[in-house]
Amino acid sequence: MRYFYFPGCTLETKAVGFNRSAKEAAGALGVELVTLPEWNCCGATFPLSTDNVLDLAGPARNLVSTAEAGGDTLAVACATCFNVLRRTNHFLRKHPDTLEKLNAFLERPQPYAGQVEVRHLLDIFVHDVGLEAIRRRAVPGLGGLRVAAYYGCMLLRPADEIALDDPERPGIMDALLAALGAEVVDYPHRGECCGAYLTVKSPEASMPMSYRILSAAGRAGAQVLATACPLCQFNLDWLQARLRQQYASYQPLPVMYFTQLMGLAFGLDPAGYGFEQHYVDPRPALAQAGVLGGIRSP
Amino acid sequence: MERPARAPIAHALVIGAGIAGMQAALDIANSGYPVTLVEKLPSIGGRMAQLSETFPTLDCAQCILTPRTVEVGRHPNIHLITYAEVEDIQGEPGHFRARIRRRAAGVRWDICTGCGACIEKCPTRVPSDFDMGLGRRKAIYTLSPQAVPNKPVIDKEHCRYFTQGKCRVCEKVCPTGAIAYDQEDELLEIEAGAIILATGYELYDVTRLGEYGAGQVPDVISGLAFERLLSASGPTAGKIRRPSDGREPKEVVFVQCAGSRDPEKAMPYCSTICCMYTAKHAMLYRHRVPDGQAYVFYIDIRTAGRRYEEFLQRAVEEDRVLYLRGKVSRIFRDGEKVVVWGADTLSGQQVEIAADMVVLATAIVPRPETRRLAEMLGIEVDAHGFLREANPNLAPVSTCRPGVFIAGTAVGPRDIPETVAQASAAAAKVLSLFARWQLEPEVEYAGQS
Ligand SMILES: Cc1cc2nc3c(=O)[nH]c(=O)nc-3n(C[C@H](O)[C@H](O)[C@H](O)COP(=O)(O)OP(=O)(O)OC[C@H]3O[C@@H](n4cnc5c(N)ncnc54)[C@H](O)[C@@H]3O)c2cc1C
Ligand code: SF4
Ligand code: SF4
Ligand code: SF4
Ligand code: SF4
Repeated sequence: MRYFYFPGCTLETKAVGFNRSAKEAAGALGVELVTLPEWNCCGATFPLSTDNVLDLAGPARNLVSTAEAGGDTLAVACATCFNVLRRTNHFLRKHPDTLEKLNAFLERPQPYAGQVEVRHLLDIFVHDVGLEAIRRRAVPGLGGLRVAAYYGCMLLRPADEIALDDPERPGIMDALLAALGAEVVDYPHRGECCGAYLTVKSPEASMPMSYRILSAAGRAGAQVLATACPLCQFNLDWLQARLRQQYASYQPLPVMYFTQLMGLAFGLDPAGYGFEQHYVDPRPALAQAGVLGGIRSP
Repeated sequence: MERPARAPIAHALVIGAGIAGMQAALDIANSGYPVTLVEKLPSIGGRMAQLSETFPTLDCAQCILTPRTVEVGRHPNIHLITYAEVEDIQGEPGHFRARIRRRAAGVRWDICTGCGACIEKCPTRVPSDFDMGLGRRKAIYTLSPQAVPNKPVIDKEHCRYFTQGKCRVCEKVCPTGAIAYDQEDELLEIEAGAIILATGYELYDVTRLGEYGAGQVPDVISGLAFERLLSASGPTAGKIRRPSDGREPKEVVFVQCAGSRDPEKAMPYCSTICCMYTAKHAMLYRHRVPDGQAYVFYIDIRTAGRRYEEFLQRAVEEDRVLYLRGKVSRIFRDGEKVVVWGADTLSGQQVEIAADMVVLATAIVPRPETRRLAEMLGIEVDAHGFLREANPNLAPVSTCRPGVFIAGTAVGPRDIPETVAQASAAAAKVLSLFARWQLEPEVEYAGQS
């Protein structure tokens, strides 16, 4: 299985552990991720005013490049990039007039016709590789590590455009984690917003939002929380020092990328996974669950 | 089309024996014409038999219904066929032929006395659909003690004899030898000149309401389930007990428009009766649990009926039901509580209520088999599957096919008074056809609506 892969700015710079674990975990499942030649920033937010065609040009250029390179699928790991690229594609498919303008602007030899499919790695792993194959590959597995799957907004909404899972009751990441040998915990806030960019300007607003998610996952017995979004990871991870000050009984909860857990479950070497960069170091929890032992090289 | 050689048959076929079908059948039968009334369930009454008390009068539903069901059961002009479905309809107005499959009950109703000994001794218990899963019934059962006909059927999916090959307790205890495990389905052919469809409604499937717990939170129940809790003959004998642990809930949140008025995700229309039955629920809850608090989330309140607004005001003023204008966004379980997140758009605030139980006023939707019957008869349904009138203004109980009429909630959401009025209207249409045929039996059938 071979797909063009869009890493995105954050995975290339900050969330390198996400990037590395995603590629390695995919490799272990026989999925080759070929980095899209000359990819560019997705824009980081889907433009709020879609009448400004220029805002769509950035994300669209990646779709065009995929088509020109002969690809029919663009695989994405970062939930936010996935959201922007997928919505852009959806918008262009629905608005032929905008697509025409954009093609005229991009001046590429072949006009883009909306033929590329933007897919998240979760989708590719669960639906193309399949849960059964993942279960078979998951040696040594996660040994019953209790994980809370966290989806946030970007993987789920708007439902008809993203169409990855039911935004009210998502389950695709839960299914993947269970196939890896994790014990997925049930908690109510899988798809609740973590506060997103609010953290930058007014952490006092995003803090209760993140607290709600983390404390519910903790109460449900989670030892780690899994995400697919670098912004969620940052918010949920970084705020915990403050949460500890604010709420006396607060117990820190490591926040990991789901691909890091895949790498561990497959027995890959997590050396480049950047655990040391997490604010709440996941290693003690992983070691306690016996998941850091028995590591083999890829 | 060839002209039927024989005179049209002044005999009506009514499909569905809820309050609509019963009313129509009684009106026709009381005018002296024969009626065949076909009901899918083992006994008649439809949804109304599940209700506790009815708005706006708070009559005991069972008490006003039972005289009607008994009358239908005994009427010399009504041929009642329950536990049966219409498989096929052929022919023309005046000369329809219907094939009816009566399911094997496993009990010979001709000799069963309805003593109930078999039910009492049957060792198998299964969740009861009639009690909306809140109570249990036996593998040999009637829908309720007041069932008409009051004769049991065997649920072959759960009966030990049918699933494991042994038991036969009911056979042993039956004083009349009525148990007949090897009974087979019966096929009946009937002829009728006119047909009334009254197949009623279902509730929107709560598992499709992910934001409200998708049916996974035991203490989030539908309005119909709450009717069973309120009902004196229900699984809790009329005491308000929540399903998870049987405790009396002290804070109950009622959520209106669950699955209604939601064109993007669910049904676009208003289900018309749930504002009223929610007011009734909250009021009756406060009567049963005087120290309990009832909250109602609403978009706006629709009480367009005689004495309906006054009924609502009573709930607010006398029974101190707290109405919050806004939608509920999430319902989830947190320990022993059911947490409700919503908006109060009058104060502009987000609200969180840690409740003990939640009652969803789920949308009224048509039954899937109504569409199949409509196809069979060559009449239309709307985009949702409700039966379509010939003309919504001037011919509300007629269809595009002469001789085929419609009534009750199979046509759209409505309350009992409107359902009954419509059923009587459909019966009047049938009777006017019959009267004409009697005057001029030789005339060719001409459309009449
Ligand atoms: C929670 C709740 C509370 C309510 N409270 C009130 C109230 O207080 N006051 C009020 O006025 N209204 C109330 N209503 C509304 C009331 O239930 C309906 O108006 C009324 O029951 C409709 O009757 P019906 O005969 O049209 O349908 P139904 O009662 O659904 O009857 C239809 C019958 O047709 C049968 N059937 C279906 N398909 C077939 C088939 N293919 N072949 C043969 N038979 C078939 C069914 O088994 C059923 O017996 C309430 C509704 C709900 C959900
Ligand atoms: S044979 Fe079936 S219905 Fe009869 S008593 Fe046994 S389990 Fe009940
Ligand atoms: S025991 Fe026999 S007669 Fe009595 S209700 Fe059962 S089947 Fe009918
Ligand atoms: S009747 Fe009231 S509760 Fe029911 S759908 Fe209409 S507005 Fe909503
Ligand atoms: S009185 Fe008329 S306008 Fe006012 S709520 Fe009733 S129907 Fe609507």
